Amino acid sequence: MKKDNFIIANKKFSSRLIVGTGKYKNMLECAQAIKTSGADIVTVAVRRVNISDKSKPRLMDFIDPKKITYLPNTAGCFTSKEALRTLRLAREIGGWKLVKLEVLGEKKNLFPDMIETLKSTEILTKEGFKVMVYCNDDPLMARRLENAGASAIMPLAAPIGSGLGIQNKVNLKIIRKQTKLPLIVDAGIGQASEAAEAMELGCDGVLVNTAIAKAKYPYQMAEAMKLAVKAGRKSFISGRIKPILFGSASTSNKGII
Amino acid sequence: MNKKNKIKIIVNGKQIMVNAKFSIKNVIDKLKMPISKVAIELNREIVNKKNINKIFLKTGDKVEIVHFIGGG
Repeated sequence: MKKDNFIIANKKFSSRLIVGTGKYKNMLECAQAIKTSGADIVTVAVRRVNISDKSKPRLMDFIDPKKITYLPNTAGCFTSKEALRTLRLAREIGGWKLVKLEVLGEKKNLFPDMIETLKSTEILTKEGFKVMVYCNDDPLMARRLENAGASAIMPLAAPIGSGLGIQNKVNLKIIRKQTKLPLIVDAGIGQASEAAEAMELGCDGVLVNTAIAKAKYPYQMAEAMKLAVKAGRKSFISGRIKPILFGSASTSNKGII
Repeated sequence: MNKKNKIKIIVNGKQIMVNAKFSIKNVIDKLKMPISKVAIELNREIVNKKNINKIFLKTGDKVEIVHFIGGG
């Protein structure tokens, strides 16, 4: 059996679970949850430095970007212009080229604006960014993103932070069939079984934030997600049996008394 | 305080008074921020961090200093 590597933009990663760093009670909890999750990529956002309170804790003091890959995102951006500005700044902080693009279309469901997203993907790719793209679970759009040079396709399972789980398994399967790019379910996962399910559908990875950060016991959920992603992947590559409608006895009738 | 030698600049949306001949590096130093953890914009243009001691501010300049925070 060949080695099951997880590669994005020519870089090898050990964990197929990517975690977000938002919504935690504090930085310490966030750092501990990440450690427990085993993730080696975390998403981070770009925001103004608080100039009136200089003592505020900084993310980089808790999560070492030399040990964990920071994946800057464009959370909160509603236009291509805003997203490009954000990622150019992110790159400037210290050479981050691997980024997560998300251009939102409206505030209520946080669905992506795919026209703006596609436009941004084209521009960022030309500027040398490696763009992992948050998108709808639409196979046609996924193909367009791939043609525009995306480094990973990241369809939603359900609205961001909803915890509704995978709403359209068929679309994810179709996207899986049509692309060799890393396919990562981003948004909507609520519990570990759903992360496993995404992996069993053939996804290469899962991105989870709220389901861990807002769980009653975030560290335990972080571990559950880690195990679920591993189990789901193992299950997928093991080649499941074909489902049949009737029973098939596990025990031979030979020698029956 | 001699007002003639002061200029008004806007840092992260907040107006502050600084001495004339104040550089972007002076702003960063004043805020006690490690340069390696931020990115800087001057009037919407990204500033090369290597040049910040050579860029002097004038009244009305808008400086944005950003860093990474938790996000999904």
